Order: sequence, then C-alpha cells, then structure tokens
Amino acid sequence: MSTALRAVSWRRRATDRAVTFGVATAFALALAPLVSLLWTVVSRGAERFDATFFTESARNVVGEGGGAYHAIVGTIVITGVATLASVPIGVLAAIYLQEYGHGRLKRWLTFFVDVMTGIPSIVAGLFAFALFAIFFGPGIRLGVMGAVALSVLMIPIVVRSTEEMLKIVPNGLREASYALGVPKWRTVVSVVLPTALAGIVTGVMVAVARVIGETAPLLITTGTFSSVNANPFSGRMENLPVFAYSQYKSPGVPPDPYFARAWAAALTLIAIVMLLNLAARLVYRRFGTELR
Amino acid sequence: MSAVPGTATTLAAARTAPRRRGDRIFSTAATAAGAAILAVLAGVAIFLLIEAWPAITADAAEIPGGDGLVAYIAPLAFGTLLGAAIAIVLAVPLAVGVSLFISQYAPRWLAQPLGYAVDLLAAIPSIVYGLWGIAVLGPATVDLQRWLADHLGFIPLFEGPASATGRTMLVVGVVLAVMIVPIISAITREVFSQTPRAQVEGALALGATRWETIRMAVLPFGRSAVIGGSMLGLGRALGETMAVTIILSVSGAVTFNLISSGNPSTIAANIALDFPESSGIDVNALIASGLVLFAITLVVNMAARAVISRSERGRL
Repeated sequence: MSTALRAVSWRRRATDRAVTFGVATAFALALAPLVSLLWTVVSRGAERFDATFFTESARNVVGEGGGAYHAIVGTIVITGVATLASVPIGVLAAIYLQEYGHGRLKRWLTFFVDVMTGIPSIVAGLFAFALFAIFFGPGIRLGVMGAVALSVLMIPIVVRSTEEMLKIVPNGLREASYALGVPKWRTVVSVVLPTALAGIVTGVMVAVARVIGETAPLLITTGTFSSVNANPFSGRMENLPVFAYSQYKSPGVPPDPYFARAWAAALTLIAIVMLLNLAARLVYRRFGTELR
Repeated sequence: MSAVPGTATTLAAARTAPRRRGDRIFSTAATAAGAAILAVLAGVAIFLLIEAWPAITADAAEIPGGDGLVAYIAPLAFGTLLGAAIAIVLAVPLAVGVSLFISQYAPRWLAQPLGYAVDLLAAIPSIVYGLWGIAVLGPATVDLQRWLADHLGFIPLFEGPASATGRTMLVVGVVLAVMIVPIISAITREVFSQTPRAQVEGALALGATRWETIRMAVLPFGRSAVIGGSMLGLGRALGETMAVTIILSVSGAVTFNLISSGNPSTIAANIALDFPESSGIDVNALIASGLVLFAITLVVNMAARAVISRSERGRL
C-alpha cells in the first residue's frame, strides 16, 4: 500500500522534473539561433564594416572595394517618406478609435487593423507596384513606390501602439480639461497627445525598426541601382536590404568581396534595428514615466 | 454674432460656434484617417485584382508553364503550405515551452529580460535569417539530413537523396519556425501570465506539482491564445519571402521529400525570384499568385484574430 503510494508520487515528481527540463530546453533551443545568428553576422560582417563601406557607392565597382553609401541613402529616404506618410494617418486613426470611434466603423477598423498587421510584405509590394503600374506602365520603379509599400506595413503598427498609449492616459486629465471649458479637439491635441507623446514616439521607432529591414516589397518596387539617388520620384533607388540580397545572390568572380559586402550590409541593418529598439526603450523610460 | 452681447445665451452661442467647428474638423480628420486605412486594405485587393485580371482571362498557353493559371499557382501553393506546415509543427511546442519558461518557471526579475531576448528574434530582418540559413544552418545540417535519408528513408518525408548543400525544405521550415516562435510566444506569454491567481493557488493547495498546476490551470486558460497565436504565426510563415528565396534550392517539383535538392517553390519566393526579370503577361501571372497568397493569409489572420478576441472577451 505505502509502496504503491510512493511509486505514484515518484512518477509525478519525475514527470514534473521532465517537464521542467523540457521547458528549459525549449527556451534554450529557441535562443540558440539568435546567438548563432548574431555571432555569424558580426564575425563575417566586420571584414567590410569600414569607412569605405559607408562613404562610397557601388558605382563601377567590380571585385573588391566599393560600399553601400547609395543603399544607406536610399534606405533613409524610402523609410523617411514611409514614416512621414504613416505617422499622421496612424496617429489620427488611433485618435479616432480611442476618442471618437463608436459603432460599426470602430469595430471594423479595430478588427481590420489587426488583420492588416498580418499582410505579407511581398503582397504590400505587389500592391504598390499595381497601384503605380496602372498609371505609369509595368516598367515603373520608384523610391516612392517602396515607401507606399512600407506604409501599408507600418500604418497598422503605428495605430496599434498609439491606441495602447492613448488608452493609458488617465481619464481624469480629460475630464479636468473639459471642466475648464476646453473643447474636445483642444483637449486631445494639448492634453492627451502630449501626455502620451513618449509612448507614441516609442511606437513609431519600433515600427520603423520593423520595416527598415524589409527586402521583398522593395525588391519589386524600387529595383536595384548601383549609384546614389536621393530623389524618391525619379528612377530606381538602392537600399540596404536589397543591396545585401543582390550582392549575395548574384556575385561576380571571385565572389568573396561581394559576400563580404552582403554581410557588412546585414550587420549594418542589425545594428540599425537594435539601436532603434534600444533608443525606443530609453525614450519610453526617460519620458514616459509619469504614466506608470 | 449679431445678437445683443451680454446675455448668457449669446455668450454661450458665441463660444460654442467656433468650438464646434474645430471639433467637427478634427473629428472628421480622425474618422477620415480610419476610413482611409479600411480603403487601403480594400485597395490592396482591388489593385491586385486589376493587375491580375489579364492573367486570369488569358489563354492557358500564355501563362508560364503553358498549362494555365491554376497549374501555375497550385505547385507554388503546395510549397507555401508545406513550408508553413513544417514551421508550425516545430514552432508551436517550442513557443509554448518558451512562454511557460518565461511566465511560470523563470524568476520574476529575469522574466522581462528573457522576454526581450525572445522579442529580439522578431526584430531581426528576414534577409538576415536567409543569409544565416544558407551560410550556417544549411551546411551545418548536411550530415544530419544525410543521416535522416540513410536511417529514416522509409518515411516519405526523408526519402532523399539528401542535398549536398543543405538548401532544403526542411531547413526552410526550421528557419521559418525560428522566425515565428516570438510571434506565437508574444501572445501566449501574455495570456499565461494572466492565469487567475486563485486557480493556480487552488491547484497548489491540492498538492499538485508545478506541471500539474500548469496542466490544470494555465494551459486550459491559455488554450485559445495558443490557437490564435499559432494561426498568427502560420500567417507569417505563409507570407515569408526572403528567407525562403535565399535558402531554398527550387526545382518546381511537387514532393513531400523534405531533404532533397529539388524542392517546390513557394508563392512569395517565386515572386521575389522571378518578378525583377519578368515582363508582360508573366508579371500579371505573378500578381495573380500574390492575390492567392493575400487571400490565404487574410483568411488565416481573420480567423486568428477572431479566436484571440473571443478569448479576450471570455476573460473579462
């Protein structure tokens, strides 16, 4: 009798141990790729992570040398235009959802913004291409097309994060403002938004970090280009992710300098993404404290 | 304005008139922004349909492959589903394990940094995953895949002959799994940590071990979050482009053989590979395949959101 009891509890304890072990293993397994990936990118990217890489373009470069200056310019322009388009729309839509929205439009918008976060990036690229191809013909490649594609991916992220931030602005602040006779729109602009500003900025930075590494939509909208082009409304425009892809996919002979440039571009991308995420966290910690 | 100044009613009227106008402009702008987002989503479907139309109505012989649009897209859709299926099978247990580790096992002070580390996985651009897959994970698993072909070759999935470069559907599935673990675990972690305290303490008071507590209280509570999160991850895996484009060695064959060098392509990877070099009707055919991908992911995402929002409403 007593041995049977002990046998059962031994088994229960063993199961518990096994699950603990399994859960810890799962965690280690999930993080192992992160470590391996970071190590690979840093060790292989370091070779060409030099001054030339950031100051020269790939114009007329065969073999060694050259850089990604043109791609960095392109990435900044494309992402910048996308941000300029996404932030007003995204923040206004979040204000609608949190301050004005009611009924069916609000429910639909909430649902479809969530659905929109799941649109594959390549589909967003095809949309931008289709939009411009109808008016300018199928050969069209422009920086601004890439920006449109990135905006489709960015807007739902901005709406979501801004809405979360507006939600945690205390209602007492709004009511105090109304009590002073301030109209609703002035309350939103000069009380609610400033209170949530740090959180909104954080959300925008995270959204930028999310789209700055997007390759697929830019591959089919902005094309590849080996010279500097800072005008989003004129011709092809290179950018970092596409640069990394094309250097790796179609290298010259010998391929090693091309691979080295691809890894340096990957390292640059990861550094930008990490810095943006880190800065976002710092902004929130430094300026967003009153809310918590 | 023309009323006699000084009375209470005119004062109120004078002050509410511009106020209402400001409110009206602002609320109209906010509503318009909301409506614009819905219009963009509808626009994605409409413009893709317009540009896909020439391929839909074209003669079967004009479509790449010469057998019509369905024969063109079907093998790609098969590859898309196959890669996503491997990813989801690998990622769901892993993500649940990760979420349990962070929310139930790790000490509280460690939980947040560990959460950040998992979120970092989601922040890494897909192109970098692709480079890592083809340069590190593929070559590193060549021997393993050869072993699978030698010893488990009787299972159709591992029929072989094993690829010498490691650029196989299996490796793609593993990379996709790594990419979607943070997406699934972001949802499940959140919900697991909201398990009602009373249920957990009740289970512990009955003498349950930690695992029994999780099985009786945490997992039932988080079940719909696991389902919803997994479907979100599935949507992401279906649409992932660059990692697949770079890693997979494509032959267009329709096969369940995961470790050979001839693999079915996916819709997204096929677009990324062929689009820059295509013209004419080929572009329309590629856009038609993109429309199919859009429809698949839209359905998966809508179902996922419906499941998640129902689970959230159930908790209130």
